[in-house]
Amino acid sequence: YQRRVRDRHSTSFQMAAVSLNFLTDDGESHAPSLGLNAQLAPHFMVPQGNPQHFLATAHEGAAKADKLEFAHGTTTLAFKFNDGIVVAVDSRSTQGPYIASQSVKKVIEINPYLLGTMAGGAADCSFWERQLGRECRLYELRNKERISVAAASKILAGYCYSYKGYGLSMGTMVAGWDKTGPQLFYVDSDGSRLKGHKFSVGSGSTYAYGVLDRYYREDLSAEEACELGRRAIYHATHRDAYSGGTINVYHVKEDGWVKISADDMMTLHDRYTADAPN
Amino acid sequence: MSDSLIAITGDDFVLVAADTTHTRSIMVVKESGEDKIMELDSHKLLAASGDNGDRNAFCQYVQKNSALYRLRNGTPLSTRALANWTRRALADALRKHPYSANLLLAGYDASPTEGKPGKVSLYYIDYLASMQQLPFACQGYAGHFLLGLLDNGWRKGMTREEARELLDKCIEQLQTRFVLGAPKFAIKLVDKDGVHVIESADA
Repeated sequence: YQRRVRDRHSTSFQMAAVSLNFLTDDGESHAPSLGLNAQLAPHFMVPQGNPQHFLATAHEGAAKADKLEFAHGTTTLAFKFNDGIVVAVDSRSTQGPYIASQSVKKVIEINPYLLGTMAGGAADCSFWERQLGRECRLYELRNKERISVAAASKILAGYCYSYKGYGLSMGTMVAGWDKTGPQLFYVDSDGSRLKGHKFSVGSGSTYAYGVLDRYYREDLSAEEACELGRRAIYHATHRDAYSGGTINVYHVKEDGWVKISADDMMTLHDRYTADAPN
Repeated sequence: MSDSLIAITGDDFVLVAADTTHTRSIMVVKESGEDKIMELDSHKLLAASGDNGDRNAFCQYVQKNSALYRLRNGTPLSTRALANWTRRALADALRKHPYSANLLLAGYDASPTEGKPGKVSLYYIDYLASMQQLPFACQGYAGHFLLGLLDNGWRKGMTREEARELLDKCIEQLQTRFVLGAPKFAIKLVDKDGVHVIESADA
């Protein structure tokens, strides 16, 4: 028989609600003696004081302007070539000066033959691209045919346009191969939708374009194209503070996309500088 | 503002040109291939500049409503009626939320009397939904560079060749003097035979 304790200060996990007081306490020790006292389950021993306090104050003062500013801090690119489409992205997520993550998946696998990229608000991109995936599946069921990339990108652009002015932040590319061949569209939260053969989106895009524009050829081999994408993102991660982490490269082929590589940017840096003449 | 639209009328044709770039702050997102002149129906063109999302959405809205009218009533709207409808739609949209689309609407209307020549018209509608019928017009910064040139060079009853020459001068002038002078312009013409693509937007 377990007596149910509804007391707010209890740290037992057998309660109806989990007490989160350990987040706000002033350092008084509530640590139970482990092992002998089975009634009190162990609770979180937080290493760095008070994370709630940290998050609340991380964007105060000088850093206040950085709070919730979605400046598309990222580098993503995609380009068409003779053998399909190469999509390459970095994986860094930043909140002002703070690097929140170095391992964000910025390529969203909408379905086995459609890829979406993420720049801007991570939640906006992943939610709406997932929603797009659902809509694409419904299209397939209703029409017994895969949806075209043009139609898929238009659905996404429609979502963005209907929320225009409400603060969605998305700079995304939709890449796929349909019956008209490989197709690439750029869609953003203004409701823009552009068809093209080469795009780079994000704060590091200008750096990526430099490498991408000058070394691009239509007749690149699949391996050369992937390396070009990888290299362009690498250069952007090197120069742009808001880009970094792992460089993920995908190749969209006629029968669907394939993930080619995931290289840590620092490893690539060592490799490329070792190869450099001086 | 960085988009350039130019239109020149003759007695029986309207020549419409639009740049084909898409820029965002300091970057050229798309340097050619963006078609900003929409064919509303067989004898009407709507060129639009401004925010990409607004421009696309609004042009499609006008195009579909124009088609709906034709389907319901068995006859297309005249250019003048469509221009007024468009202006009103833009004014209404504007009063709900910020909207950025500048338009040039050009069309040919067949004469109600058999055998008589129809007429062409060009309407300038800016982002505040003010409208004017004009013999020639520009949208965007292009106007600053070209209206003088157009005032000087335009004549009533210009031939197509003369109009094309004047348009080429305008485009050249933008490329010379305008910081955002795009290299590639798409050009379309509307006359009694319908819409003709003179220079395609595609690269």
